[in-house]
Amino acid sequence: MFEATQLNRKNKTRQRMFSIGLGSMTGLLILPVALIMGMLIYKGAPVISFEFLFTSPTNGMTAGGIFPALLGTVLLVIVALLASVPLGVAAAIYLSEYAPDNWFTRAINLAIINLAGVPSIVHALFGVGAFVIFFKFGTSILAASLTLAIMTLPVVIVATRESLQAVPMAFREACWNMGATRWQTIRSVVLPNAITGILTGVILEVSRTAGETAPIMFTGAAFFLPLLPQGVFDQTMALSLHLFVVSTQVPGMPEQLPFGVALVLISMVLIMNSLSIALRMYLRGKKKW
Amino acid sequence: MVKLGVKDLSISYAGERVLEGVNFDIQEHEIFGIIGPANAGKTSFLKAINRMDMFNTEMTVDGEIRFNNVDVSKIRNVYGLRRRIGVVFPLPVGLPLSIYDNVALAPRLGGQKDKAELDIIVERCLTRAALWDEVKDRLDSLGSMLSGGQQQRLTIARALSQDPEMLMLDEFSIAVDPVTTMRIEDVLKELRSEVTIILVTNLVQQARRLADRTAFFLGGRCVEVGVTEDLFTGEVQDQRTRDYVEGRFG
Repeated sequence: MFEATQLNRKNKTRQRMFSIGLGSMTGLLILPVALIMGMLIYKGAPVISFEFLFTSPTNGMTAGGIFPALLGTVLLVIVALLASVPLGVAAAIYLSEYAPDNWFTRAINLAIINLAGVPSIVHALFGVGAFVIFFKFGTSILAASLTLAIMTLPVVIVATRESLQAVPMAFREACWNMGATRWQTIRSVVLPNAITGILTGVILEVSRTAGETAPIMFTGAAFFLPLLPQGVFDQTMALSLHLFVVSTQVPGMPEQLPFGVALVLISMVLIMNSLSIALRMYLRGKKKW
Repeated sequence: MVKLGVKDLSISYAGERVLEGVNFDIQEHEIFGIIGPANAGKTSFLKAINRMDMFNTEMTVDGEIRFNNVDVSKIRNVYGLRRRIGVVFPLPVGLPLSIYDNVALAPRLGGQKDKAELDIIVERCLTRAALWDEVKDRLDSLGSMLSGGQQQRLTIARALSQDPEMLMLDEFSIAVDPVTTMRIEDVLKELRSEVTIILVTNLVQQARRLADRTAFFLGGRCVEVGVTEDLFTGEVQDQRTRDYVEGRFG
Protein backbone atom coordinates (compact mmCIF):
# COMPACT_ATOMS: atom_id res chain seq x y z
CA MET A 1 0.00 0.00 0.00
CA PHE A 2 2.94 2.30 0.53
CA GLU A 3 5.00 1.24 -2.52
CA ALA A 4 6.64 4.19 -4.24
CA THR A 5 5.12 5.06 -7.59
CA GLN A 6 7.09 6.34 -10.55
CA LEU A 7 6.06 9.88 -9.59
CA ASN A 8 7.10 9.41 -5.95
CA ARG A 9 10.56 8.27 -7.00
CA LYS A 10 10.94 11.16 -9.42
CA ASN A 11 9.95 13.68 -6.76
CA LYS A 12 12.33 12.13 -4.28
CA THR A 13 15.29 12.30 -6.66
CA ARG A 14 14.48 15.87 -7.59
CA GLN A 15 14.12 16.83 -3.93
CA ARG A 16 17.53 15.33 -3.14
CA MET A 17 19.11 17.07 -6.13
CA PHE A 18 17.89 20.47 -5.01
CA SER A 19 18.85 19.92 -1.41
CA ILE A 20 22.41 19.05 -2.38
CA GLY A 21 22.63 21.74 -5.06
CA LEU A 22 21.38 24.59 -2.91
CA GLY A 23 23.42 23.36 0.03
CA SER A 24 26.68 23.35 -1.87
CA MET A 25 25.97 26.83 -3.26
CA THR A 26 25.56 28.01 0.32
CA GLY A 27 28.77 26.25 1.28
CA LEU A 28 30.62 28.17 -1.43
CA LEU A 29 29.75 31.39 0.42
CA ILE A 30 32.06 30.46 3.27
CA LEU A 31 34.99 30.03 0.93
CA PRO A 32 35.88 33.69 0.25
CA VAL A 33 35.44 34.64 3.91
CA ALA A 34 37.64 31.76 5.03
CA LEU A 35 40.28 32.52 2.38
CA ILE A 36 40.42 36.23 3.21
CA MET A 37 40.65 35.63 6.95
CA GLY A 38 43.15 32.80 6.50
CA MET A 39 45.46 34.85 4.32
CA LEU A 40 45.24 37.91 6.57
CA ILE A 41 45.97 35.93 9.69
CA TYR A 42 48.76 33.94 8.05
CA LYS A 43 50.54 36.98 6.66
CA GLY A 44 49.45 39.69 9.08
CA ALA A 45 49.48 38.07 12.49
CA PRO A 46 53.30 38.12 12.90
CA VAL A 47 53.26 41.93 12.60
CA ILE A 48 50.65 42.45 15.32
CA SER A 49 52.11 43.40 18.67
CA PHE A 50 51.49 45.90 21.43
CA GLU A 51 53.96 48.31 19.78
CA PHE A 52 52.25 47.90 16.39
CA LEU A 53 48.91 48.92 17.85
CA PHE A 54 50.06 51.69 20.15
CA THR A 55 52.97 53.53 18.50
CA SER A 56 53.23 55.90 15.56
CA PRO A 57 54.60 54.88 12.17
CA THR A 58 58.29 55.62 11.66
CA ASN A 59 60.79 55.46 8.83
CA GLY A 60 58.45 56.76 6.12
CA MET A 61 55.73 54.41 7.49
CA THR A 62 57.77 51.31 6.67
CA ALA A 63 58.24 50.61 10.39
CA GLY A 64 56.60 51.41 13.72
CA GLY A 65 52.91 51.12 14.51
CA ILE A 66 49.51 52.34 13.41
CA PHE A 67 48.24 54.08 16.54
CA PRO A 68 47.31 57.42 14.86
CA ALA A 69 45.30 55.60 12.21
CA LEU A 70 43.57 53.37 14.78
CA LEU A 71 42.70 56.35 16.97
CA GLY A 72 41.59 58.31 13.90
CA THR A 73 39.15 55.61 12.82
CA VAL A 74 37.68 55.45 16.32
CA LEU A 75 37.27 59.25 16.38
CA LEU A 76 35.69 59.33 12.92
CA VAL A 77 33.21 56.62 13.89
CA ILE A 78 32.25 58.31 17.17
CA VAL A 79 31.65 61.73 15.62
CA ALA A 80 29.75 60.15 12.71
CA LEU A 81 27.52 58.26 15.16
CA LEU A 82 26.82 61.40 17.17
CA ALA A 83 25.47 62.99 14.00
CA SER A 84 23.69 60.11 12.31
CA VAL A 85 22.06 58.24 15.20
CA PRO A 86 19.89 61.08 16.59
CA LEU A 87 18.96 62.22 13.09
CA GLY A 88 18.30 58.72 11.77
CA VAL A 89 16.33 57.52 14.79
CA ALA A 90 14.22 60.69 14.83
CA ALA A 91 13.46 60.36 11.13
CA ALA A 92 12.59 56.68 11.51
CA ILE A 93 10.24 57.35 14.43
CA TYR A 94 8.49 60.01 12.39
CA LEU A 95 8.20 57.82 9.32
CA SER A 96 6.99 54.79 11.25
CA GLU A 97 4.73 56.37 13.86
CA TYR A 98 3.54 59.74 12.62
CA ALA A 99 3.82 60.12 8.86
CA PRO A 100 0.53 59.76 6.99
CA ASP A 101 0.64 57.48 3.98
CA ASN A 102 0.73 60.08 1.21
CA TRP A 103 2.90 61.05 -1.76
CA PHE A 104 5.22 63.10 0.43
CA THR A 105 6.04 60.21 2.76
CA ARG A 106 6.52 57.91 -0.20
CA ALA A 107 8.89 60.48 -1.73
CA ILE A 108 10.92 60.54 1.49
CA ASN A 109 11.11 56.76 1.57
CA LEU A 110 12.26 56.75 -2.04
CA ALA A 111 14.91 59.35 -1.19
CA ILE A 112 16.23 57.16 1.63
CA ILE A 113 16.50 54.15 -0.64
CA ASN A 114 18.30 56.26 -3.22
CA LEU A 115 20.63 57.69 -0.62
CA ALA A 116 21.65 54.12 0.23
CA GLY A 117 22.43 53.52 -3.43
CA VAL A 118 24.68 56.54 -3.98
CA PRO A 119 28.29 55.39 -4.56
CA SER A 120 30.65 56.32 -1.76
CA ILE A 121 32.91 58.38 -4.02
CA VAL A 122 29.91 60.58 -4.86
CA HIS A 123 29.33 61.06 -1.14
CA ALA A 124 32.97 62.08 -0.91
CA LEU A 125 32.54 64.77 -3.53
CA PHE A 126 29.36 65.97 -1.83
CA GLY A 127 31.27 66.09 1.47
CA VAL A 128 33.98 68.24 -0.06
CA GLY A 129 31.47 70.65 -1.54
CA ALA A 130 29.16 70.85 1.46
CA PHE A 131 31.26 70.45 4.60
CA VAL A 132 34.82 71.27 3.57
CA ILE A 133 34.05 74.27 1.36
CA PHE A 134 30.54 75.57 1.99
CA PHE A 135 30.44 75.17 5.79
CA LYS A 136 34.17 76.00 5.93
CA PHE A 137 35.04 73.04 8.18
CA GLY A 138 38.15 72.49 6.06
CA THR A 139 39.50 68.99 5.62
CA SER A 140 38.85 67.83 9.15
CA ILE A 141 37.48 65.04 11.32
CA LEU A 142 34.19 66.93 11.45
CA ALA A 143 33.83 67.15 7.68
CA ALA A 144 34.83 63.51 7.18
CA SER A 145 32.53 62.26 9.94
CA LEU A 146 29.55 64.21 8.66
CA THR A 147 30.15 62.76 5.21
CA LEU A 148 30.23 59.27 6.72
CA ALA A 149 27.12 60.08 8.74
CA ILE A 150 25.12 61.02 5.67
CA MET A 151 26.33 57.94 3.88
CA THR A 152 25.25 55.60 6.68
CA LEU A 153 22.02 57.41 7.54
CA PRO A 154 19.88 54.97 5.50
CA VAL A 155 21.28 52.05 7.52
CA VAL A 156 20.13 53.64 10.78
CA ILE A 157 16.78 54.74 9.41
CA VAL A 158 15.90 51.38 7.87
CA ALA A 159 17.03 49.36 10.91
CA THR A 160 15.13 51.64 13.30
CA ARG A 161 12.00 51.73 11.20
CA GLU A 162 11.96 47.96 10.90
CA SER A 163 12.37 47.38 14.62
CA LEU A 164 9.61 49.92 15.34
CA GLN A 165 7.30 48.19 12.92
CA ALA A 166 8.02 44.83 14.52
CA VAL A 167 6.14 46.06 17.61
CA PRO A 168 2.57 44.79 17.15
CA MET A 169 -0.07 47.35 16.20
CA ALA A 170 -2.35 46.00 18.94
CA PHE A 171 -0.01 47.44 21.60
CA ARG A 172 -0.36 50.91 20.11
CA GLU A 173 -4.11 50.61 19.81
CA ALA A 174 -4.41 49.50 23.42
CA CYS A 175 -2.49 52.61 24.50
CA TRP A 176 -4.43 54.98 22.26
CA ASN A 177 -7.67 53.57 23.57
CA MET A 178 -6.72 54.43 27.13
CA GLY A 179 -6.16 58.05 26.17
CA ALA A 180 -2.43 58.06 25.48
CA THR A 181 -1.07 60.48 22.92
CA ARG A 182 1.05 59.17 20.09
CA TRP A 183 4.21 60.29 21.88
CA GLN A 184 3.18 58.70 25.20
CA THR A 185 2.55 55.48 23.31
CA ILE A 186 5.93 55.61 21.60
CA ARG A 187 7.69 56.47 24.84
CA SER A 188 6.06 53.87 27.08
CA VAL A 189 5.46 50.89 24.80
CA VAL A 190 6.97 51.16 21.33
CA LEU A 191 10.51 52.42 21.98
CA PRO A 192 11.33 50.16 24.95
CA ASN A 193 10.52 47.17 22.75
CA ALA A 194 12.34 48.44 19.68
CA ILE A 195 15.50 49.69 21.36
CA THR A 196 17.45 46.49 20.94
CA GLY A 197 16.74 46.35 17.23
CA ILE A 198 17.81 49.97 16.93
CA LEU A 199 21.07 49.17 18.75
CA THR A 200 21.75 46.33 16.35
CA GLY A 201 21.36 48.74 13.47
CA VAL A 202 23.71 51.21 15.09
CA ILE A 203 26.41 48.59 15.56
CA LEU A 204 26.10 47.55 11.92
CA GLU A 205 26.50 51.18 11.02
CA VAL A 206 29.72 51.32 13.05
CA SER A 207 31.28 48.48 11.10
CA ARG A 208 30.25 50.07 7.83
CA THR A 209 31.62 53.46 8.86
CA ALA A 210 34.94 52.07 10.05
CA GLY A 211 35.72 50.43 6.73
CA GLU A 212 34.87 53.25 4.32
CA THR A 213 37.78 54.88 2.49
CA ALA A 214 36.50 57.01 -0.35
CA PRO A 215 34.29 59.40 1.64
CA ILE A 216 37.08 60.37 4.02
CA MET A 217 39.88 60.57 1.45
CA PHE A 218 39.11 64.15 0.39
CA THR A 219 37.29 65.34 3.46
CA GLY A 220 39.52 64.75 6.43
CA ALA A 221 41.82 61.74 6.34
CA ALA A 222 45.50 62.38 5.84
CA PHE A 223 48.30 60.41 4.22
CA PHE A 224 50.59 60.89 7.20
CA LEU A 225 50.52 63.16 10.24
CA PRO A 226 53.36 63.56 12.70
CA LEU A 227 50.97 64.59 15.50
CA LEU A 228 47.72 63.19 16.84
CA PRO A 229 44.60 65.28 16.14
CA GLN A 230 43.80 67.82 18.87
CA GLY A 231 40.14 68.44 18.00
CA VAL A 232 37.42 67.84 15.45
CA PHE A 233 38.77 70.55 13.15
CA ASP A 234 42.07 68.73 12.71
CA GLN A 235 42.81 66.18 10.05
CA THR A 236 43.43 62.65 11.11
CA MET A 237 44.88 59.41 9.83
CA ALA A 238 42.49 56.50 9.41
CA LEU A 239 42.96 52.74 9.16
CA SER A 240 41.21 52.29 5.83
CA LEU A 241 43.18 55.05 4.11
CA HIS A 242 46.38 53.93 5.83
CA LEU A 243 45.89 50.48 4.36
CA PHE A 244 45.53 52.00 0.89
CA VAL A 245 48.64 54.11 1.44
CA VAL A 246 50.91 51.37 2.78
CA SER A 247 49.84 48.90 0.11
CA THR A 248 50.20 51.16 -2.93
CA GLN A 249 51.91 54.48 -2.24
CA VAL A 250 55.09 53.75 -0.31
CA PRO A 251 58.16 52.15 -1.95
CA GLY A 252 60.20 49.70 0.09
CA MET A 253 57.31 48.62 2.28
CA PRO A 254 57.83 45.33 4.17
CA GLU A 255 55.50 42.76 2.63
CA GLN A 256 53.68 41.86 5.84
CA LEU A 257 52.86 45.35 7.10
CA PRO A 258 49.79 45.99 4.89
CA PHE A 259 48.42 42.60 5.92
CA GLY A 260 48.82 43.59 9.55
CA VAL A 261 46.87 46.81 8.98
CA ALA A 262 44.17 44.93 7.10
CA LEU A 263 43.94 42.37 9.89
CA VAL A 264 43.42 45.09 12.50
CA LEU A 265 40.75 46.77 10.38
CA ILE A 266 38.84 43.61 9.62
CA SER A 267 39.08 42.46 13.25
CA MET A 268 37.47 45.74 14.34
CA VAL A 269 34.63 45.21 11.89
CA LEU A 270 34.21 41.54 12.80
CA ILE A 271 34.17 42.29 16.52
CA MET A 272 31.46 44.89 15.93
CA ASN A 273 29.42 42.50 13.81
CA SER A 274 29.70 39.69 16.34
CA LEU A 275 28.60 42.11 19.04
CA SER A 276 25.54 42.93 17.00
CA ILE A 277 24.78 39.24 16.44
CA ALA A 278 25.26 38.47 20.13
CA LEU A 279 22.95 41.32 21.03
CA ARG A 280 20.30 40.05 18.66
CA MET A 281 20.51 36.55 20.10
CA TYR A 282 20.30 37.91 23.62
CA LEU A 283 17.22 39.88 22.62
CA ARG A 284 15.53 36.98 20.99
CA GLY A 285 15.87 35.15 24.28
CA LYS A 286 14.29 38.07 26.09
CA LYS A 287 11.42 38.55 23.70
CA LYS A 288 8.50 39.84 25.63
CA TRP A 289 5.55 38.55 23.69
CA MET B 1 -29.98 59.66 32.48
CA VAL B 2 -28.73 59.15 28.94
CA LYS B 3 -25.04 58.24 28.93
CA LEU B 4 -24.60 57.86 25.21
CA GLY B 5 -26.95 59.25 22.61
CA VAL B 6 -26.63 58.07 19.03
CA LYS B 7 -28.46 59.83 16.25
CA ASP B 8 -28.44 59.08 12.52
CA LEU B 9 -24.99 57.57 12.78
CA SER B 10 -23.33 56.26 9.67
CA ILE B 11 -19.76 55.06 9.14
CA SER B 12 -17.88 54.45 5.93
CA TYR B 13 -14.41 53.29 4.96
CA ALA B 14 -13.00 54.91 1.82
CA GLY B 15 -16.51 55.85 0.73
CA GLU B 16 -17.99 52.42 1.39
CA ARG B 17 -20.82 52.37 3.93
CA VAL B 18 -20.35 49.81 6.69
CA LEU B 19 -22.97 51.10 9.10
CA GLU B 20 -25.91 53.47 8.78
CA GLY B 21 -29.10 54.61 10.39
CA VAL B 22 -28.17 53.93 14.00
CA ASN B 23 -30.46 55.66 16.51
CA PHE B 24 -30.64 54.80 20.19
CA ASP B 25 -29.82 56.04 23.67
CA ILE B 26 -27.79 54.11 26.19
CA GLN B 27 -28.78 54.79 29.79
CA GLU B 28 -26.33 55.30 32.61
CA HIS B 29 -25.51 52.10 34.55
CA GLU B 30 -27.07 49.87 31.97
CA ILE B 31 -25.48 46.93 30.23
CA PHE B 32 -26.25 47.50 26.60
CA GLY B 33 -25.72 44.48 24.39
CA ILE B 34 -24.99 44.60 20.69
CA ILE B 35 -25.39 41.34 18.82
CA GLY B 36 -25.05 40.51 15.17
CA PRO B 37 -23.01 38.44 12.73
CA ALA B 38 -19.58 39.42 11.41
CA ASN B 39 -19.37 42.55 9.27
CA ALA B 40 -22.44 44.03 10.88
CA GLY B 41 -20.54 47.20 11.86
CA LYS B 42 -20.32 46.49 15.60
CA THR B 43 -16.59 47.17 16.04
CA SER B 44 -16.72 50.25 13.79
CA PHE B 45 -19.49 51.55 16.03
CA LEU B 46 -17.23 51.27 19.10
CA LYS B 47 -14.36 52.97 17.28
CA ALA B 48 -16.58 55.91 16.40
CA ILE B 49 -17.56 56.38 20.05
CA ASN B 50 -14.04 56.99 21.36
CA ARG B 51 -12.87 58.72 18.20
CA MET B 52 -10.47 56.02 17.05
CA ASP B 53 -11.42 57.10 13.53
CA MET B 54 -8.63 59.67 14.00
CA PHE B 55 -6.09 56.92 13.44
CA ASN B 56 -7.66 55.69 10.24
CA THR B 57 -7.73 58.27 7.47
CA GLU B 58 -10.15 56.18 5.44
CA MET B 59 -12.79 56.05 8.16
CA THR B 60 -15.47 58.73 8.14
CA VAL B 61 -18.22 59.12 10.69
CA ASP B 62 -21.43 61.06 10.04
CA GLY B 63 -24.29 61.75 12.37
CA GLU B 64 -24.09 62.43 16.05
CA ILE B 65 -22.77 60.61 19.09
CA ARG B 66 -23.29 62.41 22.39
CA PHE B 67 -21.35 61.23 25.44
CA ASN B 68 -22.55 62.89 28.66
CA ASN B 69 -24.60 65.04 26.29
CA VAL B 70 -21.47 66.34 24.53
CA ASP B 71 -21.01 65.74 20.81
CA VAL B 72 -17.84 63.61 20.62
CA SER B 73 -16.94 64.90 17.16
CA LYS B 74 -16.60 68.37 18.67
CA ILE B 75 -14.43 67.31 21.61
CA ARG B 76 -10.97 68.77 21.22
CA ASN B 77 -9.39 66.83 24.07
CA VAL B 78 -10.05 63.36 22.66
CA TYR B 79 -7.54 61.97 25.17
CA GLY B 80 -9.83 63.07 27.98
CA LEU B 81 -12.74 61.36 26.23
CA ARG B 82 -10.81 58.11 25.79
CA ARG B 83 -9.72 58.10 29.41
CA ARG B 84 -13.39 58.07 30.46
CA ILE B 85 -14.08 55.04 28.27
CA GLY B 86 -12.36 51.72 28.94
CA VAL B 87 -12.01 49.35 25.99
CA VAL B 88 -11.51 45.58 25.93
CA PHE B 89 -10.63 43.92 22.64
CA PRO B 90 -11.58 40.50 21.23
CA LEU B 91 -8.01 39.25 21.57
CA PRO B 92 -6.33 39.92 24.90
CA VAL B 93 -3.57 42.50 24.74
CA GLY B 94 -1.10 42.14 27.58
CA LEU B 95 1.37 44.93 27.00
CA PRO B 96 5.01 43.81 27.19
CA LEU B 97 5.35 45.44 30.60
CA SER B 98 5.16 43.95 34.07
CA ILE B 99 1.70 43.09 35.36
CA TYR B 100 1.96 46.02 37.75
CA ASP B 101 2.97 48.45 34.99
CA ASN B 102 0.19 47.20 32.72
CA VAL B 103 -2.38 48.34 35.25
CA ALA B 104 -0.46 51.42 36.41
CA LEU B 105 0.08 52.68 32.86
CA ALA B 106 -3.17 54.58 32.43
CA PRO B 107 -2.99 56.33 35.84
CA ARG B 108 0.62 57.22 35.14
CA LEU B 109 -0.26 58.64 31.73
CA GLY B 110 -2.89 60.65 33.56
CA GLY B 111 -0.19 62.14 35.78
CA GLN B 112 -0.43 59.91 38.87
CA LYS B 113 3.09 59.51 40.26
CA ASP B 114 2.47 58.64 43.91
CA LYS B 115 3.65 55.05 44.43
CA ALA B 116 1.31 54.35 47.34
CA GLU B 117 -1.64 55.62 45.34
CA LEU B 118 -0.64 53.48 42.35
CA ASP B 119 -0.32 50.41 44.59
CA ILE B 120 -3.90 50.91 45.72
CA ILE B 121 -5.17 51.35 42.17
CA VAL B 122 -3.32 48.26 40.92
CA GLU B 123 -4.62 46.05 43.71
CA ARG B 124 -8.16 47.36 43.40
CA CYS B 125 -8.35 46.93 39.62
CA LEU B 126 -6.78 43.48 39.61
CA THR B 127 -9.12 42.40 42.37
CA ARG B 128 -12.18 43.68 40.54
CA ALA B 129 -11.02 41.90 37.38
CA ALA B 130 -10.77 38.65 39.40
CA LEU B 131 -7.06 38.33 38.74
CA TRP B 132 -5.44 39.57 41.95
CA ASP B 133 -5.24 36.22 43.74
CA GLU B 134 -3.48 34.60 40.80
CA VAL B 135 -0.84 37.27 40.26
CA LYS B 136 -0.34 39.08 43.56
CA ASP B 137 2.97 37.27 44.19
CA ARG B 138 4.41 38.01 40.78
CA LEU B 139 3.40 41.52 39.86
CA ASP B 140 6.86 42.01 38.34
CA SER B 141 6.53 39.30 35.73
CA LEU B 142 5.53 40.15 32.19
CA GLY B 143 1.85 40.75 31.48
CA SER B 144 2.29 39.49 27.94
CA MET B 145 3.39 36.08 29.23
CA LEU B 146 0.19 35.34 31.15
CA SER B 147 -2.25 32.80 29.75
CA GLY B 148 -4.93 34.05 27.35
CA GLY B 149 -7.68 34.12 29.96
CA GLN B 150 -5.46 35.87 32.47
CA GLN B 151 -4.37 38.41 29.87
CA GLN B 152 -7.98 39.19 29.10
CA ARG B 153 -8.65 39.84 32.78
CA LEU B 154 -5.49 41.94 32.85
CA THR B 155 -6.89 43.93 29.93
CA ILE B 156 -10.08 44.47 31.91
CA ALA B 157 -8.06 45.53 34.96
CA ARG B 158 -6.22 47.99 32.73
CA ALA B 159 -9.47 49.35 31.37
CA LEU B 160 -10.74 49.79 34.94
CA SER B 161 -7.54 51.56 36.01
CA GLN B 162 -8.66 54.55 33.96
CA ASP B 163 -11.58 54.84 36.39
CA PRO B 164 -13.89 54.86 33.36
CA GLU B 165 -17.49 56.02 33.25
CA MET B 166 -18.18 53.61 30.45
CA LEU B 167 -16.74 50.25 29.48
CA MET B 168 -16.84 48.91 25.92
CA LEU B 169 -16.22 45.19 25.50
CA ASP B 170 -15.76 43.88 21.99
CA GLU B 171 -16.40 40.13 21.88
CA PHE B 172 -14.22 39.72 24.94
CA SER B 173 -14.79 35.98 25.26
CA ILE B 174 -13.53 34.89 21.83
CA ALA B 175 -10.14 33.75 23.09
CA VAL B 176 -11.14 32.87 26.62
CA ASP B 177 -12.18 29.55 28.14
CA PRO B 178 -15.75 29.13 29.43
CA VAL B 179 -14.75 29.25 33.11
CA THR B 180 -12.93 32.54 32.70
CA THR B 181 -15.81 33.84 30.62
CA MET B 182 -18.22 33.16 33.48
CA ARG B 183 -15.86 34.84 35.95
CA ILE B 184 -15.63 37.92 33.77
CA GLU B 185 -19.39 37.95 33.34
CA ASP B 186 -19.75 37.98 37.13
CA VAL B 187 -17.32 40.89 37.26
CA LEU B 188 -19.41 42.79 34.71
CA LYS B 189 -22.59 42.24 36.71
CA GLU B 190 -20.91 43.78 39.74
CA LEU B 191 -19.58 46.71 37.73
CA ARG B 192 -23.04 47.58 36.48
CA SER B 193 -23.69 49.69 39.58
CA GLU B 194 -20.72 51.93 38.79
CA VAL B 195 -20.18 52.06 35.05
CA THR B 196 -22.17 51.94 31.87
CA ILE B 197 -21.26 48.92 29.79
CA ILE B 198 -21.54 48.33 26.06
CA LEU B 199 -21.20 44.64 25.42
CA VAL B 200 -20.59 43.65 21.82
CA THR B 201 -20.91 39.91 21.54
CA ASN B 202 -21.50 37.23 18.97
CA LEU B 203 -22.88 34.91 21.62
CA VAL B 204 -26.56 35.70 21.82
CA GLN B 205 -26.85 33.80 25.09
CA GLN B 206 -24.18 36.02 26.61
CA ALA B 207 -26.24 39.07 25.73
CA ARG B 208 -29.25 37.37 27.25
CA ARG B 209 -27.37 36.63 30.48
CA LEU B 210 -25.98 40.13 30.91
CA ALA B 211 -27.61 42.85 28.88
CA ASP B 212 -30.55 44.95 30.04
CA ARG B 213 -31.28 46.02 26.51
CA THR B 214 -29.86 44.71 23.28
CA ALA B 215 -29.45 46.05 19.77
CA PHE B 216 -29.30 43.75 16.77
CA PHE B 217 -26.94 44.84 13.99
CA LEU B 218 -27.11 43.18 10.60
CA GLY B 219 -25.26 44.01 7.41
CA GLY B 220 -24.43 47.56 8.41
CA ARG B 221 -27.82 48.43 9.88
CA CYS B 222 -29.27 48.52 13.34
CA VAL B 223 -32.29 46.28 12.82
CA GLU B 224 -33.80 46.44 16.24
CA VAL B 225 -33.27 47.73 19.78
CA GLY B 226 -35.22 46.38 22.69
CA VAL B 227 -35.30 44.98 26.20
CA THR B 228 -33.12 41.89 25.95
CA GLU B 229 -35.68 39.46 27.31
CA ASP B 230 -38.21 40.59 24.69
CA LEU B 231 -35.81 39.64 21.93
CA PHE B 232 -35.70 36.11 23.22
CA THR B 233 -39.33 35.64 24.09
CA GLY B 234 -40.59 36.54 20.68
CA GLU B 235 -41.63 40.12 21.34
CA VAL B 236 -39.62 41.21 18.32
CA GLN B 237 -40.70 43.50 15.55
CA ASP B 238 -38.40 42.09 12.91
CA GLN B 239 -38.38 38.53 11.67
CA ARG B 240 -34.59 38.69 11.09
CA THR B 241 -33.97 39.34 14.76
CA ARG B 242 -36.03 36.30 15.70
CA ASP B 243 -34.17 34.17 13.17
CA TYR B 244 -30.80 35.32 14.47
CA VAL B 245 -31.43 34.79 18.18
CA GLU B 246 -32.93 31.43 17.47
CA GLY B 247 -29.83 30.45 15.51
CA ARG B 248 -31.43 30.12 12.12
CA PHE B 249 -28.65 32.14 10.50
CA GLY B 250 -25.47 34.00 11.38
